[in-house]
Amino acid sequence: MSDLTIGGFPLDLLGLQLVTGVALGAIYVLVGIGLSLIFGLMNVVNFAHGAFFMVGAYVGVFLYGYTGSFWLSLVAAPLAMGLLGLAVERVLVRPLYGRGIDDPLLLTFGLSYVMVEGVRIAFGLTGLPFGAPPELRGAVDIGIGYFPLYRLFLIAFSMAVVGALWLFIERTAFGLVIRAGARDPQIVQVLGIEISKVWLAIFGLGCALAGLAGILAAPLQGVTPEMGIPVLAEAFVVTVVGGMGSLAGAVLAGLIVGIVVAMTSLVAPDMTKMAIFALMALVLLVRPRGLLGRAGALG
Amino acid sequence: MSASREDGRVSASLEDGRVSGLLDRPRAGGPAPATPLLAVEDLAAWYGHSHILQGLSLEVRPDEIVTLVGRNGAGKTTTLKTIMGLVAKRAGRVTFAGADILHRPPHERFHRGLAYVPEERRIVPGLTVEENLRLGILAARGARATRRDEARRIEAIAETFPRLKQRLKQEAITMSGGEQQMLAIARALMAEPVMVLLDEPSEGIMPILVEEMFEQFVAMKRAGTTILLVEQNVELALDVSDRVYIVDGGSVVYHAPAAELRADPEIQARYCAV
Repeated sequence: MSDLTIGGFPLDLLGLQLVTGVALGAIYVLVGIGLSLIFGLMNVVNFAHGAFFMVGAYVGVFLYGYTGSFWLSLVAAPLAMGLLGLAVERVLVRPLYGRGIDDPLLLTFGLSYVMVEGVRIAFGLTGLPFGAPPELRGAVDIGIGYFPLYRLFLIAFSMAVVGALWLFIERTAFGLVIRAGARDPQIVQVLGIEISKVWLAIFGLGCALAGLAGILAAPLQGVTPEMGIPVLAEAFVVTVVGGMGSLAGAVLAGLIVGIVVAMTSLVAPDMTKMAIFALMALVLLVRPRGLLGRAGALG
Repeated sequence: MSASREDGRVSASLEDGRVSGLLDRPRAGGPAPATPLLAVEDLAAWYGHSHILQGLSLEVRPDEIVTLVGRNGAGKTTTLKTIMGLVAKRAGRVTFAGADILHRPPHERFHRGLAYVPEERRIVPGLTVEENLRLGILAARGARATRRDEARRIEAIAETFPRLKQRLKQEAITMSGGEQQMLAIARALMAEPVMVLLDEPSEGIMPILVEEMFEQFVAMKRAGTTILLVEQNVELALDVSDRVYIVDGGSVVYHAPAAELRADPEIQARYCAV
């Protein structure tokens, strides 16, 4: 332990808060990537993304109550949200293609209200408490102090998911189609690819990632019908700061936003919201396309 | 070039071509008149309220190179786009390999063996040359090609287009215009299409590359790929083409064997001046 301080805060505390920020950022990354993929490929602003996050958390918590297995919840929540996403794209969003960006935006906005109300009716207004599973409880010494094991798991697991996603997009045939389709959907069609199937899959994948983020976030805060609302706002900040449609940008921006939130809450807990929007304004002033916008689209 | 040798056969069969639909003889039957591979009848297309194509008809028979010429804005590019299904509002009839494809989505044309090289080349930014080539054969996987074919085709294409060979790992968009055009053509050939629609391949490209490219078209034809070409460079186009259609005001105003138009500078001057 050192006695160094910055602005009155011991260095160790700042270090721990930084890791807390990374853990928070991991959630933002997962939610932001989904939002960014869907926008980058389909030009659809998914306003229901926060609701998918929330319903994913509920599905996970509900299943955990039944089976007692957090690992099962970790698989089932994204799977369920992926399937729901497929159905939503196929039935609700698809008829709106070619009608500009507003219609799908309004549709998903309305859908988010339906999902939130549905959960309120099914599970009540107050939300459910949820803690980390027993095997992930406790804290470990990370050199600068004790840090909750669950948050370390959250960081490692999210990074593994992002890594797998990166491999999928960079190394597989479908990933190649995704990268090409984000830039030029028409040429992809001319080369024999049924673009509507690609869009369907991407919408499902994005929603699955939101559901995964939801169940991962549940042990940090419990679940409430409104838990997706601030996350949606933060995910938008992530996609704008990172650059719309940029995978690497979403990762970078997610971590930055997480760290900014964690650090601000240390100094001025009431100003975290303002801090991330100030960050967004600042990035937009300097780089209107976001940190990695276009130059690294889906790269 | 071999075009003039072909002309005799083609012009002789021009008459028969009109009734070939009734005969429907298989191509293997010898040098007999062939059923058109692509038949466009009374094609109409609109951009918003602009009525661009107004009853355009043409035919391309197997192993032909057919060229559309005409002024800027005559409707040549729109014709190719409409055949490919890329113009939303369209009417008429487009028959390819015996199937009416006008109202089918673009990706279905690919699977029937119809390839398209757009005017703007549409090389996908952010992808390497090799990735652009792979994109050209991915959709054929399982149906017309296996994973192993992919590597084999990229190798074969790299041999055909040596300029691309040294640049496989380079980001495609950083190449010169001519090289990008070669890539666009190579990408369209990856899945071994029956027929290729080529829109203004020589535009904005160094003359030496243009000649190389047109030699490539003749080689493609020899290898059994049918070509429908839109080209401003009329002289070069006539050299490699079997037949020519002149498009004006959204429909065909003249069609003849290439040799015939080559010998008629007056017609050329009337319709082909830019």
